[in-house]
Amino acid sequence: MSKKKFRPDVDAKEWTGAERPYDIIKEGTIVFIVVAILTVVLAVVFGSPDVPAITIKKWANAAPADFAMDALSQLNGTSETSGYGPPYNDAAPGQQLGPLHLVKWVGVRIPINPVRDFVIDPLKSAPQQPALSSALSAWSAASATKQTTWVANYTKAATNLKVVNGSIVVAAANDGPVPVMMQSLLAMGRSGALDEALGNERGFYSTNYTLPLLFLEDGTYLANQAQNQHLLGPQWGMMNETGNYPGQAWLWLYTFWYQVSPMNSSSNGDIEVWGIMMLLTIGLILVPFIPGVRTIPRKTRIYRIIWREHYRSLSP
Amino acid sequence: MSYNEIERQWTTRLRRRLVKVLPPEKALPDTQPAYVASWIYVFGVTTMCALAVVILSGCVLALRGPQWWHGSPEGHFFNSLHLWSVEIFFFAMVVHLWGKYFMAAWRGGRSLTWVTGAVTFLVSIVAAFTGYLSQTNFDSQWISTQAKDGINATGGGAYFNVLNFGQMLMWHIVLLPIAAVLLTGIHVLLVRKKGVVPPFEDKVKAPA
Repeated sequence: MSKKKFRPDVDAKEWTGAERPYDIIKEGTIVFIVVAILTVVLAVVFGSPDVPAITIKKWANAAPADFAMDALSQLNGTSETSGYGPPYNDAAPGQQLGPLHLVKWVGVRIPINPVRDFVIDPLKSAPQQPALSSALSAWSAASATKQTTWVANYTKAATNLKVVNGSIVVAAANDGPVPVMMQSLLAMGRSGALDEALGNERGFYSTNYTLPLLFLEDGTYLANQAQNQHLLGPQWGMMNETGNYPGQAWLWLYTFWYQVSPMNSSSNGDIEVWGIMMLLTIGLILVPFIPGVRTIPRKTRIYRIIWREHYRSLSP
Repeated sequence: MSYNEIERQWTTRLRRRLVKVLPPEKALPDTQPAYVASWIYVFGVTTMCALAVVILSGCVLALRGPQWWHGSPEGHFFNSLHLWSVEIFFFAMVVHLWGKYFMAAWRGGRSLTWVTGAVTFLVSIVAAFTGYLSQTNFDSQWISTQAKDGINATGGGAYFNVLNFGQMLMWHIVLLPIAAVLLTGIHVLLVRKKGVVPPFEDKVKAPA
C-alpha cells in the first residue's frame, strides 16, 4: 500500500508533545465577565442612536410639495415603484447577471398597483366629503384613456407645483377630478390619515410596512434626511449608522463594490455586486479546499508570531 | 451503587456513540497542548461570550416588545447593551477568523470546523442586518428601502421582504439566533473533538 503524500497546507500530524494545564471553564467565565463589563461601559458612555421614524404626516407637513409630487408620480406612472418591475409589477424586466435573470424567473410576488394602492384606495378610506366623493365617482366612471389624459394635463400644469397654506397650487387645466384627488390625498397625509390607510392596508393588525415605505421612498424627503446622516450609497451608507456610531462595519466589502466601476453606474449594479459577494462568500467557506489561498498562511509565516513561544521553545 | 447498562436500547446506544465520538476528557479537557499559548486563542471564547451578552440583552428587549426602548431609559440602555455587544461580537469574530486563517486551522481534518465557522459568520451578518431592520426608527426605514433593491435584484425579495417588519423581526429573534447558536455549538464541538490545530513544522517532512 502506498503511503499518502503529506500536504503541509492540508495535513497536520497529531500532537504528541507536552501538555499544560488549561482551565477552559475558568477562562470562559473570566472572559464573559470582562465582555459584560466592557459592554456596560460602552453602553453607558456612548449609548445608542435612535432617530425617530419619519411619518407620512411629518413629511407631508415638512415638505408638502415633495409629498404632492410623489403622489402625482404614482398617478402618472413615473415613480420608482411604478417602473420597478418584479416583485412588485411587470413595468420593467428587473436586473440580470449575464444570462441569469433571477428576478424575471421569480416574477411578481408582491403585487403593487401604485394608482390603486397609493391613491385611490386610501382616498376611498377617507371620510367622504361631497367633493371627494364626486371626484372618485368621476374617476371610476371614466375610461382608462380619459384618466390618462386628465393625469397628463395635470402633470403639465404641475410643472411649477406649489403648496400654499396647505393647498396645492397648479395652473388651470382640463384635468377632471385629479386636483380634488391630489388635494384630498395631501390633506390625508398632513392629518396622519394616510399613515393609517397605508399601514393598515391588510386590516386591524399589521406588521407589514411595504406600502408606506415604498411611498415614502419614492419622494425625496427620506433621501434628504439620509444624506444629512451620511447614509447614501456614495457616502458608504450601507455600513454607516445615524450619528457617529460604528454601524455595520462588517459590510465594508459589500459597500466597496458599489463605489467602483462598472457597478457604481451599471443598471445591473445590485445583482453584479451580489454576484461578486456570492463568489467571495463561497470562496471564504471553501478556503481549506482552494490551492493557493490555503497556501498563503504557510508562505507568509505570520503563524511564527502567533506561535512564537512554541518556536522559541524549539530553538537550541 | 452499581450501574448496569441496558443493552438493545436507543438511549444506551446514543450515549455510547456520544461518548465514543466525544469522550468527556475531550469535551471538557483540563489540559491543552503546550503550543496553545497566545492571545489569539482568547478571541474565539470572546466571540461566544459576546454572543451570550447579545442574546441576554435581546431577551430583555423582547420582554417588553420591539418599541419599548424608544420611550424608556431602561429600554434604551438595554438597546445600547445589545448594540455594543454586537460590535464586540463582530470585532472578536473577525480577529478570530483572521487568526485561524493564518494558523491554517483547517489542517489535520479540521475543514468542517472552518466551514461551520465561516457559515456562522455569514449567518451572524444576516442576523445583525435584520436587527437593524427591526429597530422601528429612521435607520430601519432607510436601511430597508435601500436593501430591498439588492435583495430584489436576486429574486429573493419576493420571499424575504425587508420592508415587512413582522417578517424581519421574526427572522431576527427566532430563526437566525437559532441558526447562529446551533452552528456555534457544532463549531465548538468540532473544535473539542479534533483539538486545536498544531503549529506548522519548520521543516515539513513526511510523517514517519
